[in-house]
Amino acid sequence: MSEGTLYDKVWEEHTVSELPTGQTQLFCGLHLIHEVTSPQAFGMLQERDLEVAYPERTHATVDHIVPTSDQSRPFRDDAAEEMMAELEQNVRDAGINFSDPTSGEQGIVHVIGPEKGLTQPGMTIVCGDSHTSTHGAFGALAFGIGTSQIRDVLATQTVAMEKKKVRKIEVTGELGPGVEAKDVVLEIIRRLGTEGGVGYVYEYAGEAIENLDMEGRMSICNMSIEGGARAGYVNPDETTFEWLKQTDYFQENPEKFDELKPYWESIQSDDDAEYDDVVTIDGSELEPVVTWGTTPGQGVGITQPIPAPEDLPEEKQDTARMAQEHMGVTPGETMEGYEIDVAFLGSCTNARLPDLRRAADIVKGRQVADSVRAMVVPGSQRVKAAAEAEGLDEVFKEAGFEWREAGCSMCLGMNEDQLEGDEASASSSNRNFIGRQGSKDGRTVLMNPRMVAAAAITGEVTDVRELKEVTTV
Amino acid sequence: MTDEIPEIDSASGSGVPIRGNDIDTDQIIPARFMKVVTFDGLGEFAFFDQRYDENDEPKDHPMNEPQFQDASIMVVNANFGCGSSREHAPQALMRWGIDAIVGESFAEIFAGNCLALGIPTVTADHETITELQGWVDEHPDADIDVDVENETVTYGDTTVDVTVDDAQRKALTEGVWDTTALMKSNADAVAEKAAALPYVDD
Repeated sequence: MSEGTLYDKVWEEHTVSELPTGQTQLFCGLHLIHEVTSPQAFGMLQERDLEVAYPERTHATVDHIVPTSDQSRPFRDDAAEEMMAELEQNVRDAGINFSDPTSGEQGIVHVIGPEKGLTQPGMTIVCGDSHTSTHGAFGALAFGIGTSQIRDVLATQTVAMEKKKVRKIEVTGELGPGVEAKDVVLEIIRRLGTEGGVGYVYEYAGEAIENLDMEGRMSICNMSIEGGARAGYVNPDETTFEWLKQTDYFQENPEKFDELKPYWESIQSDDDAEYDDVVTIDGSELEPVVTWGTTPGQGVGITQPIPAPEDLPEEKQDTARMAQEHMGVTPGETMEGYEIDVAFLGSCTNARLPDLRRAADIVKGRQVADSVRAMVVPGSQRVKAAAEAEGLDEVFKEAGFEWREAGCSMCLGMNEDQLEGDEASASSSNRNFIGRQGSKDGRTVLMNPRMVAAAAITGEVTDVRELKEVTTV
Repeated sequence: MTDEIPEIDSASGSGVPIRGNDIDTDQIIPARFMKVVTFDGLGEFAFFDQRYDENDEPKDHPMNEPQFQDASIMVVNANFGCGSSREHAPQALMRWGIDAIVGESFAEIFAGNCLALGIPTVTADHETITELQGWVDEHPDADIDVDVENETVTYGDTTVDVTVDDAQRKALTEGVWDTTALMKSNADAVAEKAAALPYVDD
């Protein structure tokens, strides 16, 4: 078993008791809730005549169903309006803070937690959403839970968990031009498999990780779950601490920063920490990665050939065959030139300010291909406002992108932003599952934000590194 | 405060095979059916896009076949339930009639959600599962017995060893799989823990 890792320390720090099942009762430092997975949990509390135990350690927002076009109330979609009203009622009754769309602080739950400084190193963070792993970027132990567990956390502020093993994933070297955090994590999942992380927590380390900004680290931790790992984290360092200083909480409570910093440093993995497994990846060899299939593990370097199913391990062959049929791709060819109909720049993986900046750099002075419906959905109202202050909205709009309101949007097609028929999308999101973006015949190609921008311009999957220089317009 | 939580030592009933690796929770319950504030009624939408075409006409799928309509034991392959944390997925399967799932492997959050509903997720190797799926096809009306306590699955004249995660086995067989009341009883210890954490304000 691991010893001396951040995971071991944070686990120990939050252990309340050993349950008769052998599971640990773990205190949850922060509980984030949203409109889709929490209403049933509030219902269960009511049935059992229980109250929310620690409302001040709970924070709510609305993201999954919220429209990204017209957000005026009531929402056009009755079901969405009902879910929103239910959440409003629940948080009001329980006295839970709510970043609603009128607050100017609403957004995807995994974008606003860090922004507000709610997410801190050495915390345990839970949310009824599998991408809660995102918050591990700050050195928190953060994982997704189901609705019955939300009930547990609301009622007790604790969750029953089994301790996992720790796999250190060391990404050495410097990432090449055009290669981003998204490519690193897609490569990790390609190599270790979508189920490779089951039973593990991932610790991301090494030069390539340390050199990433916080947003890049969030992109990587975000997709831990796509590799089967319920949680992933990066040890907090000066990059983390500097970022935290700018958040609401530490702006409002500057004394807390100095007070907590020793704790944050104390939970870093020891130099001689023991891991259950160590994997090393040479970051300098990576290129932009895109998916060719219908699981996030079915990725390939942009210049590399799509694998033939028979060349894959036996247990992956059937899935690969079905995926290639669904996507209409041919083994031996690269993904370059794969025609797309939609470009989606958004989601909890890649809709933060630096993501939008990098994509805007590519878009500037260019035009979205006539055949492409392109949209930017900022991760939060704050990201949107900050991007607008820099004029990024104008860059995108002039190129032909739609500039939308904050929300989960086409990542999972719960609002009106959906693929239609067999449309293909170049998407900065995290899942290419069949049906994920709202149409069961839809096709999703996952990629980094600059690659999405490049695909929007050319109308096909494009190696952003090879995009022709903008000629004078 | 709460009703007694039943001990679940075993589950039995006829089976339904669902083949394929990496079956994600978006397939088990598409997101558009999650625009609801209760889990009631999710059963009919389980695997909806695999079961119905764009005109809502039934497609070839085991869950549409008459011989599997009374099934309560689902037999699946590897990494079943990967993806989203939506409890709507096991809720939909449970409401369709599933009491236990036998498979090669399960995604972690999915298995945890099943446990919270008292649904065992037991595992065996690829050959064992493939054989069982074939047997279910040939004997759709016959019972499969999933013995959680003794970690076996029995069908026809065959009994095979399966694996049940230790905590899951204890939770199910000792009737402590619904953890709310149990954890609530430690409220004082929770408060002490909270007070001791450096980031929790008094």
